[in-house]
Amino acid sequence: MTAFAPIRTAIRSPRGGVSAAVLVLVVACALFAPLVAPYAYDIQNLPGANTEPGAAHWMGTDEFGRDLMSRIIFGARTSLSVAVTAISISVAAGLTLGAMAGYFGGWFDRAVTAVVDLTWSFPEILIALILIAIIGPGLESTMVAISIAYLAQFTRLTRAQIMALKNETYVEATTNLGAGHFHIIFRHLLPNALTPVIVAGMLATGDAIILEATLGFFGLGAQPPTPSWGAMMSSGTAQIFIAPWIIIFPGLAIAITVISINLFGDALIEALDIRNRLRSV
Amino acid sequence: MALLSVQGISVSIGALNPLEGITFDIDKGEILGLVGESGSGKSLTAMCVMGLLPRIGGSITKGSIVFDGRDLIGLPEIELRRLRGKRIALISQNPMTSLDPIIRIGAQIDQVSNLHLGLSAEAAKARSLELIAQLRIPEPAAIHRAYPHQLSGGMKQRIVIAMALAADPDLIVADEPTTALDVTIQAQIIQIMVELVRDRGLALMLITHDMGVVAQACDRVVVLYAGRVAEMNGIGEIFAEPKHPYTRELIRCIPRFGQAPGSLKGIPGTVPSIVDYPDGCRFNPRCSNAQALCRDQAPALEPKSSGLAACHFSEV
Repeated sequence: MTAFAPIRTAIRSPRGGVSAAVLVLVVACALFAPLVAPYAYDIQNLPGANTEPGAAHWMGTDEFGRDLMSRIIFGARTSLSVAVTAISISVAAGLTLGAMAGYFGGWFDRAVTAVVDLTWSFPEILIALILIAIIGPGLESTMVAISIAYLAQFTRLTRAQIMALKNETYVEATTNLGAGHFHIIFRHLLPNALTPVIVAGMLATGDAIILEATLGFFGLGAQPPTPSWGAMMSSGTAQIFIAPWIIIFPGLAIAITVISINLFGDALIEALDIRNRLRSV
Repeated sequence: MALLSVQGISVSIGALNPLEGITFDIDKGEILGLVGESGSGKSLTAMCVMGLLPRIGGSITKGSIVFDGRDLIGLPEIELRRLRGKRIALISQNPMTSLDPIIRIGAQIDQVSNLHLGLSAEAAKARSLELIAQLRIPEPAAIHRAYPHQLSGGMKQRIVIAMALAADPDLIVADEPTTALDVTIQAQIIQIMVELVRDRGLALMLITHDMGVVAQACDRVVVLYAGRVAEMNGIGEIFAEPKHPYTRELIRCIPRFGQAPGSLKGIPGTVPSIVDYPDGCRFNPRCSNAQALCRDQAPALEPKSSGLAACHFSEV
């Protein structure tokens, strides 16, 4: 089995294929935003404010006359980069912490578990809000806040995996042939523990997009004029009876992206057949 | 001087004392069998030699383990780790699960010689291929690329042996290496392992409960019973004239060709529980000629006409 075989299997299933296609489209839009977007995202045109969707502006314009579709395309950059960066940091830190706690045990494990259980008992949004209150709003602090909010989940998952794996005979056998802790953790334990963590990371990326949008909605995420789906919806609430498309289209963008991520995650779980391992945590 | 000399070690795990006064030695190039029923302390003895006792919360309370002139007891973990695999290699009980399922067979053997001999990737691979071939596995190159699930149990066991041999150790401790395999494969694997060990002049400590395996492979035998050494002797002597009644019973239990149906009997009674060892000789409740002395006083391990045995009444 190569590393990409499960991804291929996932794409071959109907929902995996469709969701993968949508995701590729969203990612391509984000990457090539300047080429794809029909207008600049920050040029205001007050006389053309709140234009209905039509031939010139497929998704209409917002209250400053900015092209909504262009803003949504550029907004994909913000949403995706924040979510992916935050979850990557979270997964990397969670793997390290979880592996150390699960492998070495003792006081370090107790300390990590205590902190993880504490954060686990609050909703992610609350943790993120508290952190942003401390470090201040902005794009970077959103990433930090989201990555810490999801850290508990990955730490717990990795720790449980490592604890189960470290008693496997092959780990014992490797020790008996003189391998050190470093070798055992990085060559044997983490590779074996990785699969469920990757899938959990995939699914958490969807959640992170919603969390980023929520923070943006509260005005705590990317600051204007940087487009963010959450902030766009927030500004749309004032115009909801005059220009409902301002809130509808960013909302659709969020929904479609998150649904695709979740569907692809599900297809991946099936391809990897790790449902039982994920559930047992 | 013996390569490994174990002198009177006693082990305690919590309130239990599973081993008492275990004594034996292994010379360079010698194959020593360690036999006994389940629970007699065979695997625990292996763990003592490997310095793995702390991992199960045990400690050596008495005695010494001298390997190549160095006392292993009290050696820091980092020193022990340097010995494990490089000087003393352990082949564990279950080959089926002794290989990492997601790493190719070749890479797993490679990393042993890479770790201990500092071989480059190509040199380590060449060495692994050679080892695989020596273990009489067909198509070494294909096996080198394979994953563990693609191999049969017997093949996996050979790979585990290859891993033990990869760093050129002086002593191999094989803890029931063939229990998980079927009988025909068992004999084959033991034979290959013994050949390779003999060719290289290595010492082998072969732990088993199978007297047939002992007869096939070993130079000398240590018989353990309930955490003590019952008898120690050369392979010929122990089968010809066992000094300890337990050894006698063990040999009587080997099935023979042409034996009348139903005539194969086990040893009456069971191995005493570790929390409730009998006073005196621990074999006395199952011994057919146990006397009052046997119930009162534990026999010392003493020289007999040949070898050593711990029995008050065996002929001198």
